[in-house]
Amino acid sequence: MKRTTEDYVLDIAIYACLLVLAFVTLYPFWNSLVISFNDGNDTAAGGVTFWPRAFTLENYRYVFKDNRMIHAFWITVARTAAGTFLSILFTSMFGYAMAKRGLIGKKFYMIVCVITMYFSGGLIPSYLLIKQLHLMNTFWVLIVPGIISVWNMIIFRTFFQGLPDGLEESAKIDGCNHLSTFFRIVVPVSGPVIATLSLFTAVGHWNAWFDASIYITNSKLLPIQVILNQTVRSILAFESSTQVSATKQEFLLGLQSVTHKSVVMSTTMVATIPIVLVYPFVQKYFVKGVLVGSLKE
Amino acid sequence: MKASITTWKDEVNWLGRRFLRQWDLQIMVIPAIVLIVIFAYIPMWGVLMAFQDYNPAKGFLGSKWVGLKHFRMFFEAPEFWLIMRNTVVISLLKLLVAFPAPIVLALMLNEVRHAAFKRIVQTISYLPHFISWVIVSGFVISMLSVDNGSLNMLLQTTGLMKEPVNWLSIPEYFWTILIATGTWKEIGFGAIVYLAAIAGVDPHMYESAAIDGAGRLRQLFSITLPSITPVIVIFLILSVSQILNAGFEEILLLTNQGMNVALRPVSEIIDTYVYRVGIENYRYSYATAAGFFKGIVSVGLLVIANWIARRLGSSSLW
Repeated sequence: MKRTTEDYVLDIAIYACLLVLAFVTLYPFWNSLVISFNDGNDTAAGGVTFWPRAFTLENYRYVFKDNRMIHAFWITVARTAAGTFLSILFTSMFGYAMAKRGLIGKKFYMIVCVITMYFSGGLIPSYLLIKQLHLMNTFWVLIVPGIISVWNMIIFRTFFQGLPDGLEESAKIDGCNHLSTFFRIVVPVSGPVIATLSLFTAVGHWNAWFDASIYITNSKLLPIQVILNQTVRSILAFESSTQVSATKQEFLLGLQSVTHKSVVMSTTMVATIPIVLVYPFVQKYFVKGVLVGSLKE
Repeated sequence: MKASITTWKDEVNWLGRRFLRQWDLQIMVIPAIVLIVIFAYIPMWGVLMAFQDYNPAKGFLGSKWVGLKHFRMFFEAPEFWLIMRNTVVISLLKLLVAFPAPIVLALMLNEVRHAAFKRIVQTISYLPHFISWVIVSGFVISMLSVDNGSLNMLLQTTGLMKEPVNWLSIPEYFWTILIATGTWKEIGFGAIVYLAAIAGVDPHMYESAAIDGAGRLRQLFSITLPSITPVIVIFLILSVSQILNAGFEEILLLTNQGMNVALRPVSEIIDTYVYRVGIENYRYSYATAAGFFKGIVSVGLLVIANWIARRLGSSSLW
């Protein structure tokens, strides 16, 4: 087909817009990466944008020497692993049972679930509940309240309902109960849905900071996002302080070749890179997952 | 009379036996329901403390009931209208900018013929969705920093500005920064659903339109956009019900947990207010009242939005 002027103009405009979008999206990541590999004092002189001017690994060495950071990193890894495993385990079992026709009380259970999608107690009652349950300052406060996701349960249920009836017949004949049928027959054929929802749950845990910031004061239990936020906040406090002279002097005294900003950037990279590395590979799963989710709406 | 009692008892017995016989199914449900009851329903019941002078020492049952006192205090608070304005204005700006942005992106991506280019741009565009708000706010702070932030460097080298500006300390810029950041983070991920909807449009429609001499722009407005309208409406209803959720996390993070007092007149929304008054100042009942007010308005908005959508004859949530 012949291309008209309209086609050319449209294409140029669209490609230009998309290139700008791609640039604007990537630049903050790239610039942070560059700063994290650039000498702190050199960064402070300004002008570091696309390429490190004074390459150094010092910022990372500083981060990895800091026991607090390492510890926080492992807390994050632990909460992501345990939180994702427990959530997917209990939520998928729940979804499986809810997909069974003979389940007694199914309607009631469903109503219990759906109400939580529209109403919630809000921040303060939840906070006081956690306090009264003596979950404050425990590792489990990061995991237990989020184990059941009604949303994920519905996605699991929809998936399990779509499985062929014959699949579980042979297990029944062998005398398996529902529990062992679920683990031996159903789980192995549910790879995609388990992978998708595990990914979303894991990313949620990896990125979570608010729960830890209000429920945990013991610095030994803080995840990396909270530590990072505390570091960023100290920079903000520094920048917005009006009595610059006093703070700045104090700040400059503590400053060696590793500055505050470069440490923040290298910590940021440590917290970001696992996700950036994982997500392109699981892309096709989550695109599917989003669609399953939106179809349910 | 006697007969009916036995049948009722029989019924219960029968149901009980059946329930026990399917213990293997029930055991998969019960832990989940227990967790939901504890972590979702107890707090819902706890909302009643908005009508009390809740005292942690006396507990929920021992605290004094005070009716609507805290609601009245909230409505009469000098900051009430400011908070409401910020909540509504920020949400409306989001609805105006952040909501259509993924639709525009999906439409643009749909016009791209090079599959590889399309895939790369798409992959890049949903990267920020997976990054935490802590990190995104760190990026924003770094980009806008007065101390060699990239934006200030760009404006200075191009000669548009002589002195660096501390963008995040000036109230006039806050809404723009907030909306831009939110759009930046979610534009790509939001586009996925619309792209899928576009992919479902019957290709014959485009062919016949092309034969009738419709250009690509014409096809976009006359075929693609009308075809995905039902999806847009559903997401619009959902966004309207979210209108009082102006973005708790990002505001908290971009204002340094509310410590940036200069920004408070433009940044304080109901959620951050509840956080500040409740968690930081321990005024539990008062903060719960403010949060409860928000919850009621949100559910009301959802019902109204859904009703309007049904009235207009397009898709609705229920």
